[in-house]
Amino acid sequence: MALLEVNNLRTSFFTQAGEVRAVNDVSFSLDRGKVLGIVGESGSGKSVTAYSIMQILTHPGRIVGGSVKFDGQELVGASKEEMRKIRGKKISIIFQDPMTSLNPVYTIGNQMREAIMLHTKRNKKQATERALELLRMVNVNEPEKRLKQYPHELSGGMRQRVMIAMAIACEPDILIADEPTTALDVTIQAQILEVMQNLQKELGLAIIMITHDLGVIAQLCDEVIVMYAGKICERGTADDIFYQPLHEYTKGLLASIPGADDDDKPLVPIAGTPVDLLNLPQGCFFAPRCKNAMKICLRKYPQMCQFTETHHSSCWMNIKEAADEGLVTLTEGEESANE
Amino acid sequence: MNNNNDILLEVKNLKKYFPISTGAFQTKQLKAVDDVSFTIRRGETLGLVGESGCGKTTVGRTILNLYTPTDGEIIFDGKQIKTKKDLQEYRTHATMVFQDPYSSLDPRMTVADIIGEPLDVHKLYKNKEERAARIRELMGYVGLNSEHASRYPHEFSGGQRQRIGIARALAVNPSFIVCDEPVSALDVSIQAQVINMFKDLQKQLGLTYLFIAHDLLVVKHISDRIAVMYLGKLVELADANEIYRNPMHPYSQSLLSAVPIPDPDTARKNQRIVLEGDIPSPLNAPSGCPFRTRCPRATEQCAQSMPPLTDRGDGHFVACHLV
Ligand SMILES: Nc1ncnc2c1ncn2[C@@H]1O[C@H](COP(=O)(O)OP(=O)(O)OP(=O)(O)O)[C@@H](O)[C@H]1O
Ligand SMILES: Nc1ncnc2c1ncn2[C@@H]1O[C@H](COP(=O)(O)OP(=O)(O)O)[C@@H](O)[C@H]1O
Ligand code: SF4
Ligand code: SF4
Ligand SMILES: [Mg+2]
Ligand SMILES: [Mg+2]
Repeated sequence: MALLEVNNLRTSFFTQAGEVRAVNDVSFSLDRGKVLGIVGESGSGKSVTAYSIMQILTHPGRIVGGSVKFDGQELVGASKEEMRKIRGKKISIIFQDPMTSLNPVYTIGNQMREAIMLHTKRNKKQATERALELLRMVNVNEPEKRLKQYPHELSGGMRQRVMIAMAIACEPDILIADEPTTALDVTIQAQILEVMQNLQKELGLAIIMITHDLGVIAQLCDEVIVMYAGKICERGTADDIFYQPLHEYTKGLLASIPGADDDDKPLVPIAGTPVDLLNLPQGCFFAPRCKNAMKICLRKYPQMCQFTETHHSSCWMNIKEAADEGLVTLTEGEESANE
Repeated sequence: MNNNNDILLEVKNLKKYFPISTGAFQTKQLKAVDDVSFTIRRGETLGLVGESGCGKTTVGRTILNLYTPTDGEIIFDGKQIKTKKDLQEYRTHATMVFQDPYSSLDPRMTVADIIGEPLDVHKLYKNKEERAARIRELMGYVGLNSEHASRYPHEFSGGQRQRIGIARALAVNPSFIVCDEPVSALDVSIQAQVINMFKDLQKQLGLTYLFIAHDLLVVKHISDRIAVMYLGKLVELADANEIYRNPMHPYSQSLLSAVPIPDPDTARKNQRIVLEGDIPSPLNAPSGCPFRTRCPRATEQCAQSMPPLTDRGDGHFVACHLV
């Protein structure tokens, strides 16, 4: 059994304009000590997936279907009491903007001690010791001085380290990081990524890394999920996704970013604009922008298929190719895929 | 090697200081740009990179005189920009595209009026028909449908808004455009559309760009040469491929090694040079070389004097005592 199992998760926001299906039938699992990347453009449902796992959705959002199991325990519909034992202790989350989770009027020391004493049986002195130890683990220099400082006195990179330190205070099994380095400069990002890599190795922490940066994914992740319009289009190891992409959207993403090689091949953009979740197309959600869309793509959503032990994709192109190779047989309605 | 006629813009010893109040009756100079010199050739793209707060935007705005320079010379097309009249003329040759496609467009103006405003300001048409035709032409350049002319900015996506901003920058028929992080706010799938458009327009209209961005792979893709800034100073300037293959300044070396490459094999092999510490505040910039507080190779000499930016061969400029 995997540490975390997400099955057919659906989360919607019930807005005046209608139901926004932010997470639409998402399934994946995460093993202990692994790093899973979730990549996708803005609005694709990455954060909402994370908030759904943590059960921290706010009105008008709610989980409308599916299941999230941590170590076998169902979290969807779990009581407040049950979630209190999970959040921070088993699964922690950090955000892009650490200021949203830090209180500006208390010192770092105050907030760290508070968090430590809330979750563990430590007195004030022991909590201070632990806070210092945690700050050292995330490579904060002059930790004693930091404890006396207020959040606004720290740089963005320093604040993000403090957040990571607080997130791992109770030695959770999973750290969810929602774009933790997006607002940071690249040399500071490198520091934070290094800290996360070390924690994963030293503490056996499993990490869910949410980002729109394929570079960060390549750097850090064992497995990758590519999301589009609330759905997973492709899932596999980092090598699967970068070297053998199956889904047309993934291929489009990879062709549209510049690489580091000398011979600059021209970028091939993805045409059009991201879908409007209030007006989802009938078939494949990517079809209006897909240069290889076929008739069937406009009619029927391609189901998620497994192509190798690790590699899954939901794209008619793959299904058609598999059929051409005689690996699967198409049903009658699907025969017209070629047209 | 360079005939002067090749050079469109020359910036000499440019400085821009902002007075910052540090208490009652006390002010300190924040040296956002401190003694920066470079040239841009006709038709080239010079990329400008560096971490936030290092002075990139200030360089861009000061060379367009959107900020009055504290000191230094700006020579455009062989002519120093000095008087008000020079400036007026200069403004029809040099324009800017801004980072934020959301806040840089007036929400109460239609697309036609946003794009037409520079035409009005510089009186670049004889009659209404000519104005409308020019607006249609500009919208065509950036791939906007002319039916969109009467719509308002909020009706457009980020990528489309950035196109509106670019059409507006093109209105005066400039030869030089400062592009300040023009794709940073856009999703990757949209970024490529806009980057390709910049390249196409450059070919079509013979434009010269100063292209500011913090995504180093984007900058490398679009630039002929790249300049690296740190705390208000230029520390390295070279041909784009050369600087990637052979960065010489210790800051450029760590900056480039920190870029996450979208390729797992490279990522596994890549030896990152992870810098310690944060960028100092420009209000308390270190003496001598600005990088010395984070530089793994700093010596005593580095605290004493700022190394000059000098050519180390083939136009590869570096400012470091040890290189
Ligand atoms: N109008 C101003 N008044 C005071 N200080 C300013 C002003 N504009 C810029 N600065 C300061 O000058 C320095 C350089 O700013 P600038 O915006 O040019 O940097 P940048 O590299 O473009 O940053 P970013 O990438 O974050 O946009 C910063 O420390 C900034 O705070
Ligand atoms: N509070 C909310 N109310 C209505 N819609 C929301 C809310 N939060 C998120 N959404 C919608 O859910 C979708 C997915 O959002 P999100 O998961 O935040 O995207 P991202 O992948 O950028 O993190 C978006 O269309 C977004 O507009
Ligand atoms: S299912 Fe069809 S439209 Fe969707 S990505 Fe695949 S080929 Fe394109
Ligand atoms: S001058 Fe000295 S401190 Fe500056 S980059 Fe060179 S070695 Fe480092
Ligand atoms: Mg998000
Ligand atoms: Mg800027």
